Amino acid sequence: MTVKPLAMRDAFLERVWQAMAHDSKIFFVTADFGSPVLDKIRADFPARFVNVGIAEQNLINVSAGLALEGYTVFAYAIAPFITMRCYEQIRVSLALLSEVRAMNVNLIGVGAGYSYVVSGPTHQCYEDISLMRALPNFQVLSPSDHVTAAALFETCHNNKGPKYLRFDAQVLPVIYETAPPALSKGFHVHKGGEAICLVATGYMLHTALKASIELASEGIHVGLIDLFDLARFAAVELQEVLENYSGVVSLEEGFRGRGGVDSMLFEFISRRNLSLKMLNIGVEGAYHFELGSRTELHEKVGIGPQVVIESVRAFAKLL
Amino acid sequence: MKNECVDLVAKAHWVWRETLAVHRRAPETRLASSLSSIDIFVALYYGGVLRFNPLDPRDESRDRCIISKGHGSICMYPILADLGYFSIEELQNVCKTGSFLGGIPDPVIPGYETVNGSLGHGLGVATGMALGLKRKTSDRSVFVVAGDGELHEGANWEAIMFAAQHKLDNLHLIIDNNQISMLDYTDEIISHRDLSARLGAFGWDCIEVDGHDVLGMQATLRQQKAKATGRPKALIARTLKGHGVPGLENAPLSHILNPKPELIDSLLEKTQ
Repeated sequence: MTVKPLAMRDAFLERVWQAMAHDSKIFFVTADFGSPVLDKIRADFPARFVNVGIAEQNLINVSAGLALEGYTVFAYAIAPFITMRCYEQIRVSLALLSEVRAMNVNLIGVGAGYSYVVSGPTHQCYEDISLMRALPNFQVLSPSDHVTAAALFETCHNNKGPKYLRFDAQVLPVIYETAPPALSKGFHVHKGGEAICLVATGYMLHTALKASIELASEGIHVGLIDLFDLARFAAVELQEVLENYSGVVSLEEGFRGRGGVDSMLFEFISRRNLSLKMLNIGVEGAYHFELGSRTELHEKVGIGPQVVIESVRAFAKLL
Repeated sequence: MKNECVDLVAKAHWVWRETLAVHRRAPETRLASSLSSIDIFVALYYGGVLRFNPLDPRDESRDRCIISKGHGSICMYPILADLGYFSIEELQNVCKTGSFLGGIPDPVIPGYETVNGSLGHGLGVATGMALGLKRKTSDRSVFVVAGDGELHEGANWEAIMFAAQHKLDNLHLIIDNNQISMLDYTDEIISHRDLSARLGAFGWDCIEVDGHDVLGMQATLRQQKAKATGRPKALIARTLKGHGVPGLENAPLSHILNPKPELIDSLLEKTQ
């Protein structure tokens, strides 16, 4: 039986809605941003739902205050706004304060990468991985399908500390048909390969899958890892997997060379002294106002399937 | 809570002297803005306004006091020590290696609730706490002490709108209105003229008082706290930055001025 694809936010919010029925300590805060499932939350739990209006700074501060009073808080807005509009509130009242006081605040950002395709660079989000990873107390979660997104609810509900969830705005194909990935390691190995391993997060897992099939038809058999916990993945286990390869390719729907998954893997490989060559697939550092399909936009900025296939093909020759 | 027979005027004078002494030992601390807020904190902590428990600073039954003007609250060090949050000897170690009493107070200090070094965050967090307390059907209150300068931060006004919308009458904003920011009088930067009317227009109950009349503030705060008005409450305390220190008091650059150690010594001697 195939699983019907859902928006990540709806799959996740469904789990929040279910949990609110038996956990009276869950509070939901939005900055005037909705979803069909959110309508159920505000109808069924009006006392534990609040819309702060278009006011992300206050979204964070109110969430921090509620968490200090013992609530498990889910705060919800468009990804660039819930990270960058209120970055200092996040730093001071979540990252810093959680060093001293127990608090469970989960920031749900919708609109990873180019997923608001026609809305332009204000609504698109290429900087959030770097920014949120820069905050030591934050867990940064970046699922590739709605099954993983829904499963991450348990991580958020059961563990204290501030977290950032990076959700795609579009309905993506289901990756995990039979069961969600085991969450504890923070990554999932989709397939093994020969010389090269692709390490992708979020939407880019879908691109990597496509590219891996095309490359296999040419005789280049790549491994593939879905990295969905960008701050607390199991380092020893990841090293064990990567040691089977001579080259690793990072794929992210965010700026290349500016502190994202690529930098994280560079640091990881360097610190562990792994003999791996690296190729980084990420958005070339510029803002674009052109319109096009997501795939067309991706090809233009250096992260589309064709670019990935050509880059990996060239990379394979270097190994 | 300390008993209500404390001589508030004498206590405020003791805190003023101790604050000067702390600054004499640790000139990295901000003195002028810590002198304007003394009477506010004395009214809150010794005047029977706040409920608190020094033996268990995060006691669920406490009223929450958010000190948003972090730098300008060095006067809280002697107050918290006097009330038993930590040893009075710790006042000798302000800004020294190993002490938890820094140049700007942080929530590692027993009695501090939030991170306050960056301005304009306290009120927003306090509105979340006030909403949480309401939803828990707690009768505890949240007090915020903020400077007038930090009201230039826009996030405050998001919180001011939110508090009125949600009828947070368990939220008290006390503004230490010394009318001086770091570089100048606030009137010369962005004026807060008619602040009471502005807050009133946003749906707050607002009272203006002499911020160095500790007994008057005690009475007003207790009256405000006792009323369930359905509106958040503000107390605008007219204060003097650098209160009581010649050359510092009401000087436009007082925030960054450090009086000479000899001046502090002579003031401490004269006012014994």
